[in-house]
Amino acid sequence: MGEVSLVDLSKQFTLRIDGEMHTVRALSGVSFTVRDGEIVALIGPSGCGKTTALRIAMGLESASAGRVTVDGREVKGCGHDRGMVFQHAELLPWLSALQNVMFGLEMKGMRGRALRETAMRYLELVGLGGSERRRPHQLSGGMKQRVGIARALAIDPKVLLMDEPFGALDAQTREIMQQELLTIHARTKKTIVFVTHDLDEAVLIADRIIVMRDGRVQEIMDVPIARPRDDLGAVRGTKEFADTRYQVWKALHADGSILH
Amino acid sequence: MTELARTELASLPNAEPDAPAKRGVPRFVITCLSVGALILLWEIFGRRINPIFGSYPSAIAVAFVDLVRSGKLLTALIQSLQPFVVGYGLAIVAGIPIGLIIGRYRTMEAAFGIYVTAGYAMPLVALVPLLVLWLGLGFAVKVAVIFLMSLFPICINTWLGVIAVPKSLIEVGRSFVAPNRVILLRIILPATLPYIMAGIRLAVGRAVVAMVIAEFFTTISGLGAIIINSANNFDTATMFVPIILLMVMAIGLNTLIGVIERWVAPWQAEIAGRDQS
Repeated sequence: MGEVSLVDLSKQFTLRIDGEMHTVRALSGVSFTVRDGEIVALIGPSGCGKTTALRIAMGLESASAGRVTVDGREVKGCGHDRGMVFQHAELLPWLSALQNVMFGLEMKGMRGRALRETAMRYLELVGLGGSERRRPHQLSGGMKQRVGIARALAIDPKVLLMDEPFGALDAQTREIMQQELLTIHARTKKTIVFVTHDLDEAVLIADRIIVMRDGRVQEIMDVPIARPRDDLGAVRGTKEFADTRYQVWKALHADGSILH
Repeated sequence: MTELARTELASLPNAEPDAPAKRGVPRFVITCLSVGALILLWEIFGRRINPIFGSYPSAIAVAFVDLVRSGKLLTALIQSLQPFVVGYGLAIVAGIPIGLIIGRYRTMEAAFGIYVTAGYAMPLVALVPLLVLWLGLGFAVKVAVIFLMSLFPICINTWLGVIAVPKSLIEVGRSFVAPNRVILLRIILPATLPYIMAGIRLAVGRAVVAMVIAEFFTTISGLGAIIINSANNFDTATMFVPIILLMVMAIGLNTLIGVIERWVAPWQAEIAGRDQS
């Protein structure tokens, strides 16, 4: 199981700008539920609160009000039931790819042979068998993010939380990684919450898309594209893709702000 | 999937080191030329000066050979190195943890950071007489002087290094529920290593100065004694021998630390991608 609920989540913080205190509302009353095994994309313009929502769900930030539950249990702080994939992979530069994956597992209490073997298995799952001894700077951007995904998956979390994981990659690598993420999802059936600002990516990957604006959930949309989506190139050519993309685009531009 | 990873691998910059490195003049040749020119100029102009007011390389070399033959230099060197190694070593052992703790915990920083900053600027020469009253004239006071001079640069650098650790790396630790101890030892400490090594390097110079100060103002001994005694005899050439020896020693130690740094933190040089040609 791996059902995540954000219940009436609010977050505000104070910023000091030119000596004056301003209260910024990053989130106001955000609620949604991600079902077990589902991929949900959070999309919206920068500053809409999508990353904040994800970070609160991970436990890296605390909410001003509201709560987050995983399978009905309220979460307090970080936990092994959630695995985080960071925007820039954030591998520890002094560790090899394998040791980076092992780090997460060790924190979960795994030791000895199982530790190494499990880490290796997940590196192979993300297509990096054979590169396990490389350090992060000897890996390309896409490979780093594969290690980041393996590290999060290896602790066998109920939910994978991904913060614009492909945002820093070039277009080609990004497409490869999107396809790969779907393959991994098909194999592991993990619940995935995925933050992105890329319209195409949201439609290609997600079962549902949550459009956020100004710290609120503006709209929740279903993506009527069947799984498995083995050929994302073909998916792009379907009417469903074009229709959904247009719907999400309209939601994103609902107040017309970007059109002016 | 593996196929895809391979394609990415091939597109990695510098994946195949087939590009021939640009063959310029090796750096050590440039350094040697620089030193050679300096010695030559010193020899030419140094000979014109009254040997009481100055000296020149060939005279210093002769004095050096005399000191080595008589065994004085080796005895003095060993005598000087003992408090140096102990004091400098203790400064490293104490300075790193103090810097880590002050950098990591804001309460500690507020409580003790001020002493580290002040301690760095402490006019230690002025305090030597007081240290002598406390610790006597022997080995202990020399260790204390060297320790106090080299502790603070190591402390401050470690402290600054901890502050500079990217928050995102600490968040990796937090998101995998790493205990504070693990975050400190396995994330913050390695991330701070380049700063720590820089502090250890800066401390070499101060430790050497401290060693000579200690030998001047406590029991006159070691290399400091050769400097004082030959200066009192107006034997300027002999006076320069330990001074130059100390500087050469500092250069050697610096190089050694550089080698150790590449060994304990090999990723750093690779990330910085410093052009070695």
